[in-house]
Amino acid sequence: MSGQSAATLRKQSAAPPPTERILSWGRYPKTAHHHVHKPAWNDQVPDILRDAAPGSLLPYGLGRSYGDSCLNAGRELIDCRRLNRILGFDESTGMLRCESGASLSDILDVFLPKGWFLPVTPGTRFVTVGGVIANDVHGKNHHCAGTFGAHVRQIGLHRSNDGLVICNSEDNPDMLRATIGGLGLTGVIAWADIQLKRVAGPWIDAESIPFQSLSTFLDLSRESNDRFEYTVAWLDCFGGKNPRGIFFRGNHTADHAKDFRPKRRLKLPFALPAWMLNRYSVRAFNTAYYKINAARKNAAIVPYDSFFYPLDSIRQWNLLYGKHGFLQYQCVIPETNIEAVEELLDRIARSDMGSFLGVLKQFGSAPPAGMLSFPRPGLTIALDFAMRGERTLKLMQSLDEIVQQSGGALYPAKDARMSPALFEASFPRWRGFVPYIDPKMSSSFWRRVTGAQ
Amino acid sequence: MTAAAMKKIIVLGATSGIALEVQRLLARERRELLLVARSPQRLAEIQADLASRGTQQVVTYSADLASVQQHAAIFDFARHTFPDFDTVLLAYGSMHDQKDSETSVDILLEELQVNFVSATAILTLFAADLERRRTGCLAAITSVAGDRGRRSNYVYGSSKGALSLFLQGLRSRLHPAGVRVITIKPGPVQTPMTDHLPNSARFADPEHVARDIVRALERRSPDVLYTPKVWRHVMSAVQHIPETIFKRLSF
Repeated sequence: MSGQSAATLRKQSAAPPPTERILSWGRYPKTAHHHVHKPAWNDQVPDILRDAAPGSLLPYGLGRSYGDSCLNAGRELIDCRRLNRILGFDESTGMLRCESGASLSDILDVFLPKGWFLPVTPGTRFVTVGGVIANDVHGKNHHCAGTFGAHVRQIGLHRSNDGLVICNSEDNPDMLRATIGGLGLTGVIAWADIQLKRVAGPWIDAESIPFQSLSTFLDLSRESNDRFEYTVAWLDCFGGKNPRGIFFRGNHTADHAKDFRPKRRLKLPFALPAWMLNRYSVRAFNTAYYKINAARKNAAIVPYDSFFYPLDSIRQWNLLYGKHGFLQYQCVIPETNIEAVEELLDRIARSDMGSFLGVLKQFGSAPPAGMLSFPRPGLTIALDFAMRGERTLKLMQSLDEIVQQSGGALYPAKDARMSPALFEASFPRWRGFVPYIDPKMSSSFWRRVTGAQ
Repeated sequence: MTAAAMKKIIVLGATSGIALEVQRLLARERRELLLVARSPQRLAEIQADLASRGTQQVVTYSADLASVQQHAAIFDFARHTFPDFDTVLLAYGSMHDQKDSETSVDILLEELQVNFVSATAILTLFAADLERRRTGCLAAITSVAGDRGRRSNYVYGSSKGALSLFLQGLRSRLHPAGVRVITIKPGPVQTPMTDHLPNSARFADPEHVARDIVRALERRSPDVLYTPKVWRHVMSAVQHIPETIFKRLSF
């Protein structure tokens, strides 16, 4: 395994490297890593790759993947967070070059005041560019902008066997498509060129509309997708077949009269006791959230961060779920199988195990940017489940059956437990990706779903 | 000197973990920077980063600060580029494994050469210039480890402690000329220099330390800055432990 590189390391310092406990965002599974490399400069990465044993490494960013796709249990990680420099920006075209550990938060802080925004953003700003590419993340504008990977023009990729490989649409286009959504397995991204988007300012002209059934949601979504750049819905998962929810839609808007002030952020200091989240407290929260949003004025100009990143206002919100952590279930189901979506929601409601973070979004039909990209036409649902052991896993297995039968897929970035069979069904062409994997790379997720060593 | 005078800053050891964060904060304030470090490649990367963050006025100079022979060239370049520089921040240092410097005199001497000998040599050049112009500020990063010799890192500690003493005397000498001398004593910080130490994940965030340093450079502040603040109290307690007890402690 990783004995060789560990030995080299021990030679450098007398003390053996500590066993580092690194968790993903879901805090499940609990893993320990043999060593975490922390390069501060791109020129240090080739040595780390060269000295490593085959299959021993995985790049790591801000650890916002929920399950085990960012983990490499018992082996080593390359923590890329110190590789966070902005290497260049073209003011006339909006093309940004940055290192892979740069966070979206940092990019927003630097470039939004200059009138540039991310082409695509997930629901948190605390992710690295490398992580965003490796998971080919989507956002509320998937129906018109596709995934983040569609806006990556070029990358420099450290490979253990052939140095720094430049990948764009002309040179090594297949390696670019493998790296987008490639779960960090193709190498370490040294830098990436990303096309930023001109916006009028930090404001979003937002509307929120309550709905009481899936078909109303779909009507709203279809009607809004032409006129609104951003659409998404919050879902009360205790509603069953006819879930209620709030549909959010918005567009960037020009300077508002108010001065823009970033929100103060609270921080959850420690894991809450598990009993605090129970069916009663979560139901009460969901009812209150629905009623407050349904009663609120349905159109308003809001700051971009409360529109895109409501959860970022509470640092470490994942500790809400207590010490056992939580699992997120995010699937996509073809729209032709709307009954499957209803069945899925019904099972969740009857299980009484759902939580308050239910998200529903209609994906667009843009072709995938990467070989293993998750988004595809259909409805995507994301739900959190506090980890309560076997019964949580059983419920998710029963959801898997629905997803698999409906021709749907699960999202690796959110997963800690899907079966190899469901992975195969979700990504039938994964074997075509294998030749692009860097021989020094592996991950807990990859070993689990493909049986790789 | 008032805070407003901090416009042109020379950073010695610009690729050190703490310096990187300090420079980002200064770039946001659009200060002019002269960065000195060994690797031209790394300096170019920093320069690009800082330019995106606000300051176009970054000059870099590649040299080995540990080598006193190169100091004259560094100083000449600095005076030529920034004849009216007002702040010098010395941020480089070396921390070998303590055990290695107990068994190898070469490593011991190298540690003293980098952290003390070369640091005092280059500070002396810049001090004379500021003293002549009767303005400016000299700041150097030493360490809380220099406040008391401990079993687990007294070589690093004594090199930094000696530098703190040097700065103390220099401060007194430059006071009549109106030149400030700031001794910066960080506790353990999460940087590449400390990655090999146990519990390094619990060390202070370099960005937090950098904010304290920039605040100290900008305002009239204590001559000796402990960062994070708690270390002033911790070290005050540590310094009061009687030697008969302290020598038995293993930390």
